[in-house]
Amino acid sequence: MPELDEDQLLHVSLGPQHPSTHGVFRMNVLLDGETVVSLKPVFGYLHRNHEKIAEGITYLSSMPFTDRLDYICPLTNNWAYAQAVEKLAGIEVPERAEYIRVITAELTRLINHSAFVGFFLGDMGAWGSALMYAFREREKILDLFEDLTGARMMSNYMRFGGCRNDLPDGWAAKASVLVNEFPRFLDELENLVTGNEILIARTQNIGALPKEALINGGITGPMLRAAGVAYDIRKVEPYGIYDRFKFRIPLGTTGDCYDRLMIRLLELRESLAILRQALDQLPEGAYIHPKAKIRNFKPPVGEAYARIESPKGELGFYLISDGSAKPFRYRIRPPSFINLTLLEDMCLGLDLADVVLILGSIDIVLGEVDR
Amino acid sequence: MTPDLPAIFTRLRAELPAATLAHLRNPGPSGQDSLLVAPACLVAVCQFLHDSADLDFDLLSNVTGVDWPDPALTDAVALPAEGSAAAVGGFLEVVYHLYSTSRRVGPLVLRARSVDRAEQVHIPSVVAVYRSAEYQEREIFDLFGVKFTGHPDLRRILMWDEFLDHPMRKDYLAPDDYQYEPTPHDAVLEKAKQHYPATSES
Repeated sequence: MPELDEDQLLHVSLGPQHPSTHGVFRMNVLLDGETVVSLKPVFGYLHRNHEKIAEGITYLSSMPFTDRLDYICPLTNNWAYAQAVEKLAGIEVPERAEYIRVITAELTRLINHSAFVGFFLGDMGAWGSALMYAFREREKILDLFEDLTGARMMSNYMRFGGCRNDLPDGWAAKASVLVNEFPRFLDELENLVTGNEILIARTQNIGALPKEALINGGITGPMLRAAGVAYDIRKVEPYGIYDRFKFRIPLGTTGDCYDRLMIRLLELRESLAILRQALDQLPEGAYIHPKAKIRNFKPPVGEAYARIESPKGELGFYLISDGSAKPFRYRIRPPSFINLTLLEDMCLGLDLADVVLILGSIDIVLGEVDR
Repeated sequence: MTPDLPAIFTRLRAELPAATLAHLRNPGPSGQDSLLVAPACLVAVCQFLHDSADLDFDLLSNVTGVDWPDPALTDAVALPAEGSAAAVGGFLEVVYHLYSTSRRVGPLVLRARSVDRAEQVHIPSVVAVYRSAEYQEREIFDLFGVKFTGHPDLRRILMWDEFLDHPMRKDYLAPDDYQYEPTPHDAVLEKAKQHYPATSES
């Protein structure tokens, strides 16, 4: 590579207000012509120190705040937090509540992955059509969530030891209808995406890194599986009742942007398989542990780290209790934030237009990155 | 699967005789015990856990800081290693959660503690072994004020560069005047005087 002439380099501040940065995220990019020479992400525009707030309020009061982390998938955030507190305090969860949690989490995954495809095509210049189709389906799932939790997005639904309320009458039947109709939308979406020549030309061989580098960089979730690493927490450390369902883990080969897109499309089908089994097996019973304490809840002294496979990757909560009603330490392991660690490595030597695609393929939500 | 901590502990003792280690028990029901590692040998321990073919802890999932300002609380909750007195005046702690993707084992919890909370807040950076620590260590530096020696790019990450304090510390005092009020309220004015005695006259 010839010596770079400093005077010829162009400094571009991509963001924080930019339609393809998925929120208020900024990248300081140094360009040699069209080629990226250096890329430094700038964080913090949405920082509200969620962890500090949570350490000043009771355990349950943080539950609505977790909705606002990854606001596309509030129910998986609820679950991750509830699971960490249950581990910290040794609380049992009734069977029906576990089923409701799996159903809501997999519906959330449907929302996230189909919206991802829409946003990703938007980043590529196909703004609108794919996203609107995805949002049409998302709307149906949000209607279900509204029936169940009272809110379309900010659900505040999980409780320590179960869920806040039982499924309304006829909810499971409505969910089954949705699950049975969803594959038709998936076929439509896949038709729109997979064979598209422009999409293939833009995404193949873009942004790939070796497996070892990805693991070392802490990358988790669909990003890691696209590179061929079979690491899905639902399989390797089955939390809740995931060991009862039959589903496969789709794997990519190269880990480029095309694989990352396809992994999400394939995972949608597996989520549907889990949903069908869960809705079939849904037992009667309590939706929350009868002895679960809502008021004056004080977990014993100790600490716990619990994680789930959120649609974006490994979402973990680390809690330390000093025996009082407030957590002594409350830490979120945000998958969106840690998946950005290798952003610069993926972009070096590529064109500026590819940076937008690679960022899109990581699938970040700034509410979770900045916390 | 939770790792067999006593076995790893014995193994580390044998492989790295110079390393200062202690096994900390978790009093809670989660059963996640941890290994207290002296900062001086932290990188060597991480390197060994990463490179050893049969342990193979290849994923450093979570790195975070904890502020322990109160020695009394530390005795009750953080459980100082046997034989060592609790650090007077408290300390800062960095907690690491390691996993093995191939053996499906984890979390292995490591902890490293600084000497105090004011001057000697240095902990070696593990970025050379685990790249995933890069932004997380920057976040701990930003919010807790732990200085990671050997970090390639130690800058603030969530707060702005000109910010002075470390907001996640337990004794951090949030400013009272962060909300703009067109006609300041009496109580707010009183509070602001405590912080800015010189400028509150105007």
